[in-house]
Amino acid sequence: MATTSTDRIRSKVQGRAVPVRGADIDTDRIIPARYLRTVTFDNLGEHAFEDDRAGGGHPFDDERFQGASVLLANANFGCGSSREHAPQALMRWGLHAFVAESFAEIFFGNCIALGLPCFVVSAVDAARLQDAIEVDPNLMLTCDVGGQQVRFGQQVVEAKIPEGPREQFLKGTWDALGQLLEDKEAIAKTAQSLPYVGGTWRKIRT
Amino acid sequence: MGKNLFESVWEQHTVRELPSGQTQLFVGLHLIHEVTSPQAFQMLRERGLKVMHPDRTFATVDHIVPTDIRDRPFLDDLAEKMMVAIEWNTKEFELPFYGVGDPRQGVVHVIGPELGLTQPGMTIVCGDSHTATHGAFGAIAFGIGTSQVRDALATQCLSMSKTKVRRIEVRGSLKEGVYAKDVILAIIGQLGVKGGMGYAYEYGGDVIDAMSMEERMTVCNMSIEGGARCGYVNPDDTTFEYLEGRPHAPRGDDFAMATQWWSSLASGEDASYDDVVSLDGFAIAPTVTWGITPGQSCAVDECTPKLDTVPDSDRTGVAEALEYMGFAEEQPVVGTEIDVAFIGSCTNSRISDLREAAKVAKSRKVREGVKALVVPGSVQVREQAQKEGLHEVFQEAGFEWREAGCSMCLAMNPDKLRGDQICASTSNRNFKGRQGSPTGRTLLMSPAMVAAAAVTGSITDVRKLMN
Ligand code: SF4
Repeated sequence: MATTSTDRIRSKVQGRAVPVRGADIDTDRIIPARYLRTVTFDNLGEHAFEDDRAGGGHPFDDERFQGASVLLANANFGCGSSREHAPQALMRWGLHAFVAESFAEIFFGNCIALGLPCFVVSAVDAARLQDAIEVDPNLMLTCDVGGQQVRFGQQVVEAKIPEGPREQFLKGTWDALGQLLEDKEAIAKTAQSLPYVGGTWRKIRT
Repeated sequence: MGKNLFESVWEQHTVRELPSGQTQLFVGLHLIHEVTSPQAFQMLRERGLKVMHPDRTFATVDHIVPTDIRDRPFLDDLAEKMMVAIEWNTKEFELPFYGVGDPRQGVVHVIGPELGLTQPGMTIVCGDSHTATHGAFGAIAFGIGTSQVRDALATQCLSMSKTKVRRIEVRGSLKEGVYAKDVILAIIGQLGVKGGMGYAYEYGGDVIDAMSMEERMTVCNMSIEGGARCGYVNPDDTTFEYLEGRPHAPRGDDFAMATQWWSSLASGEDASYDDVVSLDGFAIAPTVTWGITPGQSCAVDECTPKLDTVPDSDRTGVAEALEYMGFAEEQPVVGTEIDVAFIGSCTNSRISDLREAAKVAKSRKVREGVKALVVPGSVQVREQAQKEGLHEVFQEAGFEWREAGCSMCLAMNPDKLRGDQICASTSNRNFKGRQGSPTGRTLLMSPAMVAAAAVTGSITDVRKLMN
């Protein structure tokens, strides 16, 4: 199985953005549990943030932000449940990148596995980006994975992605499965060295 | 400086360093449930892959199963479809499956330990964020998403970055009426819901040492609520005693050898950590959440915060929480009237939880107008409780006695809040809409405190009902 493929390279995401303000936005809010009663990820996009949207005035229903491909969030975005349905729903709504002050780890890992870069910016820059996009919803953002920055208008903000995932996006190896399958012998060796695998506790004697 | 358990276990399970700089980590135990697995099995099929270690993979159903009428087909078509999917997938890929009607069925984080599948020194994953529960045994256990479930099925490995380790010492002892749930709520209250990001939590100190395995599970369970993907307790005699004789635990000579290996992994006295914090166990009171994150809590005899006194960075969040919950500033939480009382979930649905709740419920009656339910975490817990007559205590008091499952913890089955009902709950999340109604409200607390709320009809300091 090939481990790299040029169409999997994610060096940049360009497009308009949608601001979703507030800290600790959990995955139950991103996609309510009732939509997890499914055996596929299809059709999740339309239910993204459904309960928050029911209150009215949600940016996902704001005409100005339709067609956005970057989400601008604050701290601890995607906390709570590990449901991959959350980034799946956001991806299917049309988003290809996330920019926030911080991300919950499982959400971040799920995004990598889907090839969706998550950029970490300072609190000040997160607010600056959100303000800018509200003033001018047609503003084009360039989220640059290799350069670790988000550019908009004449401005540039530092936007970090840890080295491991950065490499995976730049090389197109974010789908870990190919790499994990490369060295089956090494997997077998580790399995054999663990006393509980195969129920052979005797091996710890040696 | 010596190694801590996290480092030792990580090292032993490292297959190799990947070109990305991440670690290819071997998965010792992979637990499966119906919600996060069907898409993963489909991805395997599409790529023509098999499950690499069916011997290290176990499946059950918990999230969608009804806890009252369990006849098939389920009344909910979507739930039935998911049930059929997991039955079919586990059959096709030849995996052990504990379905409805099986005496081993239950919430995945309750059955792993009770079957002895969960053991010290393992790496354990599940497509569920509360997988840290298994860390109570000195395992490195964490939740994963569906693409990673696929990776673990196909390769028994994950691509992971190593995290830092923070030791959390809970010193001294706990006062009467204070439980493991209060300890973890106090930890999250102090360190915050983002405090654990980038860390694994090692829980230790006299309070943790004195805890039973079930109490340690309650603490580790909510690590994710503090932002830590993984939390653990070093294995000790309490751990070994719990495991001995369980169906999947090693037997005889093997058990002796296993305890040797398990003990060798525990953090030594000279182990180093990236951070250490300590809490005074004696200062912890029965704790209740008043907000919409598990970090928004206070002692039962305290009040909601005053906005002026909240740090600037938290003020918007606190104001949003108070508004959603219908609390004023500086309002006592005691006396908050409840509509529903829920005892269950992977945090607090084990036999010791039910015993504590039953002590409070005994010879009392659920307040009129309150819907109260007890949902045991597994068929085994349910049967044990029935042997002890706890179900009669609950039923006589007016609680509904249900079958095992996740139930109103996340309300994917028919057990749901309605409208803006207020629920006193032993579960782990008080997020907006978590218990099935977009405007429903959840107050988290220990099983004894939920029982106290059920019988008085409002949030009550359980210590007043004791003796
Ligand atoms: S009981 Fe609740 S938290 Fe635990 S696995 Fe079930 S839904 Fe998740």
